[in-house]
Amino acid sequence: MQLARVIGNVVSTVKNASLEGRKLLIIQILDSDLLPVGKPLVAIDSVGAGAGELVFWCRGKEASFALDGAEAPTDCTIVGIVDSESHVKSIGKKGATKGDHK
Amino acid sequence: MILARVLGNVVATQKNSRYGNARIMLVQPINPDGAPRGASMLALDSVDAGEGDIVIVVQEGWSASTASTGEAGAAIDSAIIGVVDSIEQDTRKM
Repeated sequence: MQLARVIGNVVSTVKNASLEGRKLLIIQILDSDLLPVGKPLVAIDSVGAGAGELVFWCRGKEASFALDGAEAPTDCTIVGIVDSESHVKSIGKKGATKGDHK
Repeated sequence: MILARVLGNVVATQKNSRYGNARIMLVQPINPDGAPRGASMLALDSVDAGEGDIVIVVQEGWSASTASTGEAGAAIDSAIIGVVDSIEQDTRKM
């Protein structure tokens, strides 16, 4: 799973039957400082996320397990909404993470 | 599996119900020498890891789901399955 920000939505009328009624959102993956990394992705929403929200998403085959039908063709599903940015506890501490083993 | 350092945790009230009470940890993948590698990621905790710990993260759904929730088939793609005590690395050139 990774953190991401919802930055848009996608409207698709003709799509796989098991995706009917599902919301498609555009998400931007974020690092631990909540800065963008990589390119935006299209994700299926399973938790009622909306524009601007900080979420986390599941990749791979497991992404379809969040939907009712495990056969849903998705490799990127939003599985949780982070309560607030202050709930990402490592913000501002990244510099302290470099260094030696314990 | 990969090595990672625990940066902290993430609190989410609204999440997939199958996650149960497992803690969602923010981890930074690292090389064996401790240097960060790639983007940070989230993994469910199954071993009570804490901030600053070096951990072993499995990135495969069946294992991650079984380890962190006790059942397969949840929307979980990675889990912390061990806390590393030490790493020994052969520094000779291969």
